[in-house]
Amino acid sequence: MKKHQPGRWGFIFILPWLLGFIFFTAGPMIASLVLSFTRYDLSTIHFVGTKNYERILFDEPLFWKSLQVTVTYAFFSVPLGIAGSLALALMLNQKVAGERIFRTLFYLPSLVPSVASALLWSWIFNADNGLLNYTLGLFGWGGVEWLADERYTLGAFVVMSLWGIGGGRMIIFLAGLQGISESYYEAARLDGASAWRQFRNVTLPLLSPVMFFNLILGVIGAFQVFTQAYIMTAGGPNNATYFYALAIFRNAFEYFKLGKASALAWILFLILMAITALQFWASKRWVHYEGEAKS
Amino acid sequence: MKKAPLLFFLILLSVVALVPFIWTVSTALKDDQEVFAFPPRWIPETIQWGNFQKAWTALPFTQWVINTIVVTLACTVGQMLTGSLVAYGFSRFKFKGRDTLFGLVIATMMLPGQVTMIPVFMIWRELRAIDTYWPLILPAFFGGGAFNIFLIRQFFLSIPNELDEAAMIDGASYLRVWWQILLPLSAPVLATVGVLSFIGHWDDFNGPLIYLNSPEKYTVSIGLRMFQDSYGSETNLLMAASLIHILPTIVLFFFAQRYFMRGIQLSGLGGR
Repeated sequence: MKKHQPGRWGFIFILPWLLGFIFFTAGPMIASLVLSFTRYDLSTIHFVGTKNYERILFDEPLFWKSLQVTVTYAFFSVPLGIAGSLALALMLNQKVAGERIFRTLFYLPSLVPSVASALLWSWIFNADNGLLNYTLGLFGWGGVEWLADERYTLGAFVVMSLWGIGGGRMIIFLAGLQGISESYYEAARLDGASAWRQFRNVTLPLLSPVMFFNLILGVIGAFQVFTQAYIMTAGGPNNATYFYALAIFRNAFEYFKLGKASALAWILFLILMAITALQFWASKRWVHYEGEAKS
Repeated sequence: MKKAPLLFFLILLSVVALVPFIWTVSTALKDDQEVFAFPPRWIPETIQWGNFQKAWTALPFTQWVINTIVVTLACTVGQMLTGSLVAYGFSRFKFKGRDTLFGLVIATMMLPGQVTMIPVFMIWRELRAIDTYWPLILPAFFGGGAFNIFLIRQFFLSIPNELDEAAMIDGASYLRVWWQILLPLSAPVLATVGVLSFIGHWDDFNGPLIYLNSPEKYTVSIGLRMFQDSYGSETNLLMAASLIHILPTIVLFFFAQRYFMRGIQLSGLGGR
């Protein structure tokens, strides 16, 4: 066989992706950067320099509000979600009877489409007839306006996100746990390590690459929450759920300020790049790759 | 932890996970008085099967379900076909810049869709494709998404190269090797990509919201949103309509579960 031919074929096979990357990713990214320096309403376009950015950063309290909402949500939902998934996986890894059935039951909530999930939870959070307030009422609490009182709305969103902890992330953790060789634990037990120390010094380090992967994608996902806010609260009450993605959508497709919306999108991109870079930097301290020398 | 308390705890958690479903089904089967009964009854006094028919016919759900199936299946086929083709290119060939390009594939997984949303919308508007299914379907035929490429490539790498070579000595072309050797051996990962792709597009809200304007072209997700606007106060019907949206994903999951779980597990091992 000739040596040059295969390479060209390889390039031909990846061509669909490469074209898609150029037309749907790289090109639009550059275009949106250019747009962010204009005022554009789908009919006329003006170059306005950095005005969009100045307005957003110094003259728009709603921007800071949406950032605060989104960061707060991410700060609670991502760590709680990862911890919850890991806890479920640890329990299922105890060779308990019916593991497969539990795994399936825990997985089901993550299959619910987001619009249906938003409607279903709106009904659960309903202040007068919702299931949550009824259940809390049995213990003498309740009467909370979950989706109408701005002190609780974001909390309600976090609770709702935790319904999905048994999804793909839990399955991945479980696979990771099942992949840890029993001999590590045997060695630890010989050294007299308690269950906690085994978890802390064997399980966690060996799972850390998977956790890191989930952390990165979890934060990015949390910054893109849109459907729930659009369906359940429309960003309210008093902008308590004015998530960043909702801000971009409204500016682009309801107010037709596409230049400003592009600037918002680029600010989001820069923020996420910074957070991701920070996580990669910090990961050197806690993520262990197998086969790597440990100090 | 001892086995018995653990088992009890797992059962408790399963109940917590299932209660929202049961509550939804229960509400969907009540009449409009009983929905607001206090204390709430789990099993309706008379079961209102008619609610499903009422919800289904109140708005054109038949049309919407057909639309969604068309879009979803087209996207799923596109992602499986082109995703595996691109994965074949990345896993079986050496060419200049391959590893850099694959790094780009991985990097796009971390790209928030909002950054490209507006210019992509402008492209489709320029092509006069607003209120058609092209903007929803066509992108799926361009490599099928970074995560899917990654997943399939990972799987292809675990298939010994000797199989390809043996087939090529027998005169098979590259395309034939992909279609007749690699794809049949990759059932678990293809099932995973297929199910994830189906569920993802069945669920998609943002795309149809931006691109579809005429109600008769709606998919179920934005149709359900319209239902909420028109019949939001009739909670029993709203829950029945939501179940229409939920049911297909669950049914599909149960059919594909065996392959699917294995595929997801493989994806996790790739995270290392």
